[in-house]
Amino acid sequence: MNRTRFFDHVVLLLGVAFMVGPILVAFLTSTHDPYEIHMKGLMASWGNDFVQTYDKVLFEKGGFTGKVTGLAMLKNSFILGIGFAVGKIVLSMLAAYAIVYFRFRMGVVFFWMIFTTLLLPLEVRILPSYEVMTKLGLVDTYSGLIVPLLASATGTFYFRQFFKSVPEEILEAARIDGAGPFKFFVDILVPLSRNMMAAIFIIMFVYGWNQYLWPMLMTTDEGFFTLVRGIKQILLVWVGAQIPDYNQAFALAVLAMVPPILVVIVFQSWFIKGLTESDK
Amino acid sequence: MKQVTLTNVSKTYPNGVTAVRPTSFEIEKGEFLVLVGPSGCGKSTILRMIAGLEAITEGDLEIAGKRVNDVEPAERDIAMVFQNYALYPHMTVFNNMAYGLRNRGTSKAEIDKAVRDAATMLNLGEFLDRKPSQLSGGQRQRVAMGRAIVRNPALFLFDEPLSNLDAKLRGQMRIEIRALQRRLGVTSVYVTHDQVEAMTMADRIVVLNAGRIEQIGTPSEIYHQPQSTFVASFMGAPPMNLIDADYKGNGRVYLKGGLDMPAPVETGRAGSVKIGVRPENAKMLATETQGALPFAINHVEELGAIRLFHGTVGGQPFTVHTSHEHAIPEGTAWLDLEKSPVLMFDGATGARL
Repeated sequence: MNRTRFFDHVVLLLGVAFMVGPILVAFLTSTHDPYEIHMKGLMASWGNDFVQTYDKVLFEKGGFTGKVTGLAMLKNSFILGIGFAVGKIVLSMLAAYAIVYFRFRMGVVFFWMIFTTLLLPLEVRILPSYEVMTKLGLVDTYSGLIVPLLASATGTFYFRQFFKSVPEEILEAARIDGAGPFKFFVDILVPLSRNMMAAIFIIMFVYGWNQYLWPMLMTTDEGFFTLVRGIKQILLVWVGAQIPDYNQAFALAVLAMVPPILVVIVFQSWFIKGLTESDK
Repeated sequence: MKQVTLTNVSKTYPNGVTAVRPTSFEIEKGEFLVLVGPSGCGKSTILRMIAGLEAITEGDLEIAGKRVNDVEPAERDIAMVFQNYALYPHMTVFNNMAYGLRNRGTSKAEIDKAVRDAATMLNLGEFLDRKPSQLSGGQRQRVAMGRAIVRNPALFLFDEPLSNLDAKLRGQMRIEIRALQRRLGVTSVYVTHDQVEAMTMADRIVVLNAGRIEQIGTPSEIYHQPQSTFVASFMGAPPMNLIDADYKGNGRVYLKGGLDMPAPVETGRAGSVKIGVRPENAKMLATETQGALPFAINHVEELGAIRLFHGTVGGQPFTVHTSHEHAIPEGTAWLDLEKSPVLMFDGATGARL
């Protein structure tokens, strides 16, 4: 028994080392100065530039126009991630509610139409989407960044499956208790969906946080830059004899990882419940 | 006074399946009416039409003298108890009971009083802050009852409320529900497939089969005067013995195996019939007497207070119910049916003659 346990732990520790190793190396590397990194490559020891690097990354204005700080990029990433996750949850819950609980003509057709959009990711429809946004004058706005990506077939599908698993009698009991469609949604379905919402929030937050292509197209103003773009920007300065600020790029990468990790840690118990448990 | 009136109410689903054929009956104020029948007989559909959860295809439904065919469930002044309780899992017991009142805009003080009164009545006082998942099956059932009671409705509807409980609890809840209903005096419609529940709880029973009413009557009428072989065999455990026979119009019926016995009734028309005898009404004798029928015993069930003898009469299965003191005869016994209440049914239609 003990031997099995010991072996289990070895496997787990190896797994942890494998997953955490690269992040640790990135973090350690970010504490050295760029010249050292340029000469010696990745570092596995603690450097002397920790405070200096992170201070610079967060508060120094950078970019071509020199008006965006790391903090501002962090804020933009948050707006994008949260706007994305919240918007998608609201929209797909309402869509799923309509599909599951209301008998309207061609309801099934509409559901499958939504579902087939899974086959059309942003990259496929990027030009028409961009054109629409330009015509609406939403280039270089947060709305332009978020709204075109809100419709979510995945979210709608998850919520549809979840709503279908809610016993019919609960709806009937609520109808007899005098709850109309709005009350039923707010008082019964939304609280019942908490775990599901948390699970989708995590997935969508991380998805939004990591968006790269769309923000690059939609925003030219550096005030709208996100962290993921900021990393790229730093590495782009390799002109002439100047060495890119590797340390800053690593520091930004580490910073860009922290919020998604926090979100996962905070929501994980709900996340697992949402995916596995059906306590009705 | 009539609390509920159904006039030729029927239900046909869009796919053409008829669940309930035109059905009419009335429910008196304060009455406890049980709808009983096998699954698929339309009993739940009738209940759901009364509740307003299912649209009525044709016919009229009146509650308290008002036609309510097109009235929303919430406006019908009814409360319903579901088979799987249908409690709101995320709400406490208190909120489960209070929800309907809140939606009706009842004042906070009134809600509090109503819920606490109901909780006291149902011994739920200490559970008001718990979630349904922290309660046992019987307690959940009580919360579902409480949710119905607090509204003080004109009509209680029960949809097989006890079928998720174990046998012992079921027997106990049966008595509790009936006592509660008597105390509150609320007209109730109770759907079940369990004939014991129907017999023990009902003021009147409606026996349904294949979307049609077979018989309406008090438990005693249904048991002793069944109008058809269906009712006779559905109500009672073990069911009524039904044996094929020929009626030739000469005052006697002829069973298989060369047996005959006096016809319990005289009718004008000769033909095939079924003879119905309740297991407890057949008198079993150890020795042959004048007019007794031979009963070949195959198996004896010992149930403590009673014994059930399973065997055949003239080759047809037959069951006799006796007290536990009755001796167990060897091989063949004799059945004296001459003085027993015996019923005769039409062999083709199953209607009582």
